[in-house]
Amino acid sequence: MSNIQKAFEEGGAFIPFITCGDPSLEITEKLVYAMEEAGADLIELGIPFSDPTAEGPVIQAASERALSGGVTTDKIFKMVEKIRKNTQIPMVFMTYANVVFSYGTERFLKRASALGMDGLILPDVPFEEKSDFDNLCREYDMDLISLIAPTSEERIGMIAREATGFVYCVSSLGVTGVRSQITTDIGKMVQLVKAEKNIPCAVGFGISTPAQAKEMSRKADGVIVGSAIVKLCAKYQENCVPYVREYVKAMKDAVKEG
Amino acid sequence: MSKGRFGIHGGQYMPETLMNAVIELEEAYEYYKKDPQFQAELTELLNNYAGRPSRLYFAQRMTKDLGGAKIYLKREDLNHTGAHKINNVLGQVLLAKKMGKTRVIAETGAGQHGVATATAAALMDMECEIFMGEEDTRRQALNVYRMRLLGAQVHPVSTGTGTLKDAVSETMREWTSRVSDTHYVLGSVMGPHPFPTIVRDFQAVISKEIKEQILKAEGKLPDAVLACVGGGSNAIGAFYHFIEDKGVRLIGCEAAGRGVNTRETAATIATGRLGIFHGMKSYFCQDEFGQIAPVYSISAGLDYPGIGPEHAHLYDIGRAEYVPVTDEEAVQAFEYLSRMEGVIPAIESAHAVAYARRLAPEMTKEQVIVINISGRGDKDCAAIARYRGEDIYE
Repeated sequence: MSNIQKAFEEGGAFIPFITCGDPSLEITEKLVYAMEEAGADLIELGIPFSDPTAEGPVIQAASERALSGGVTTDKIFKMVEKIRKNTQIPMVFMTYANVVFSYGTERFLKRASALGMDGLILPDVPFEEKSDFDNLCREYDMDLISLIAPTSEERIGMIAREATGFVYCVSSLGVTGVRSQITTDIGKMVQLVKAEKNIPCAVGFGISTPAQAKEMSRKADGVIVGSAIVKLCAKYQENCVPYVREYVKAMKDAVKEG
Repeated sequence: MSKGRFGIHGGQYMPETLMNAVIELEEAYEYYKKDPQFQAELTELLNNYAGRPSRLYFAQRMTKDLGGAKIYLKREDLNHTGAHKINNVLGQVLLAKKMGKTRVIAETGAGQHGVATATAAALMDMECEIFMGEEDTRRQALNVYRMRLLGAQVHPVSTGTGTLKDAVSETMREWTSRVSDTHYVLGSVMGPHPFPTIVRDFQAVISKEIKEQILKAEGKLPDAVLACVGGGSNAIGAFYHFIEDKGVRLIGCEAAGRGVNTRETAATIATGRLGIFHGMKSYFCQDEFGQIAPVYSISAGLDYPGIGPEHAHLYDIGRAEYVPVTDEEAVQAFEYLSRMEGVIPAIESAHAVAYARRLAPEMTKEQVIVINISGRGDKDCAAIARYRGEDIYE
């Protein structure tokens, strides 16, 4: 079993996302420990990209702050090296194709794998383009996480069959960001995945409140939250750690109830 | 290898949310491309609405002044709305209409593509929203007004550098949030498959006409075809029907901004490297970690950090050449063509005129250059006046 699948062993996984280097890599490291203590089961570390086309304004702004603070892929790798001395919590990178491709896909994956990263999410690499990344991910024992969207429909089966780690179910149309309502039939999406392959499904995009988390965790194996946490980082900056810890705890409790 | 490749370039690097939309578009295009009625309707629009075919004009004074090759101007500036952009837009909006879409969205840099899209949307009774970098809404304020006059809603984009690349990103984001009734009218030969192919096919009318017109005028093919390149739609349009004619040099003129040795440049072939962005694999201006560079050019239409995948391929195989032209050279060419031929070119097109001024004197009097004047320069007058230190109101 991969480290990622362990995150879903007890059901009701809570998966927080943070942008590396927002407000600083030192705080990012502290956030990882705090979120683990608060009950996070898997952590998504966002490597900031200059032009994140799948992100809403909150994560766009975080990426801009991190990059203008001088964060680079190499500095993030060094931070992961430190983190891995203290925790084995499952972790995946979320970034954009060019960050990986430009570094050299093999060089990137070899380094990430050696440092103990468990997987990679690339929102701008659909099923049709995944082979360049997927084959190397397999070679270096990293899971390339597949995404399905409300518009995927008949594509879900094809995507699920080749999915590894977990399937990222995009809850809504549009970009990342807090939403008051989620209208997609998540239960149906998850059902279509499970009909093809027994793989954990986590729902992301738009989730921010414990009530939403509870509802989503009834329909899927995990809940992903990004913008709501990144908002706390933006608001409290260097002092954000206790606020994020408290929020993650509340969300994890809600997921457990669901 | 996935669909829509030009050598190693191209592909469909899009969020899953949009994959069914690009597949639907590809299927619809494959169908209507072969539909004689669609083609007849499009030809009717191009001829009687946009004013095609555009003229191929012998620039006698410029030829004499430069003392080398004979120079012809392909007058895309005479099209309705003042640029080549209308060729693609009429095709795409007609296609969107056939697909049952009721709303079109588009990015724009200089505003020419936005104006063309707003025009076609008005003509075909579609809802229209345009995304334009905030910086560009200032540089091209008149075009913002034109779009609104035509019934479009214009959204200034303040993220990133507030220019064309940010406008493209924001239009892609908008498309993921409302896709079923909406078609994204991409303005250049870029983005995910099938856009680079669709836009090229709709712009290829330019080289089809040049070929017929130059054979009639000179009895032979040109020795060189010059066009400016941002994403590269007017250039691929001017090159396409000459690609198999190996004797015709195809020269794309990139915006070097303040020079290719400065950071303030948008010359992708000269300064970029292979990457994946905005749906395609191609060359991009970027840093060592793959962060897209904040590019610069005086021309809002060429101010883009990438180049269309077919151009990247033509460069790889040595079929087309790409040369950098600075702001200063472009401004001089803008003024030169205005005085020499009474033709005020778009500042984008002036990049190609500038290179012709370098190239023509090195060629013989029997040789022929065609410059694609992709648009007219009225929109640029205030900006060029400011560049020359004259503060005028538009």
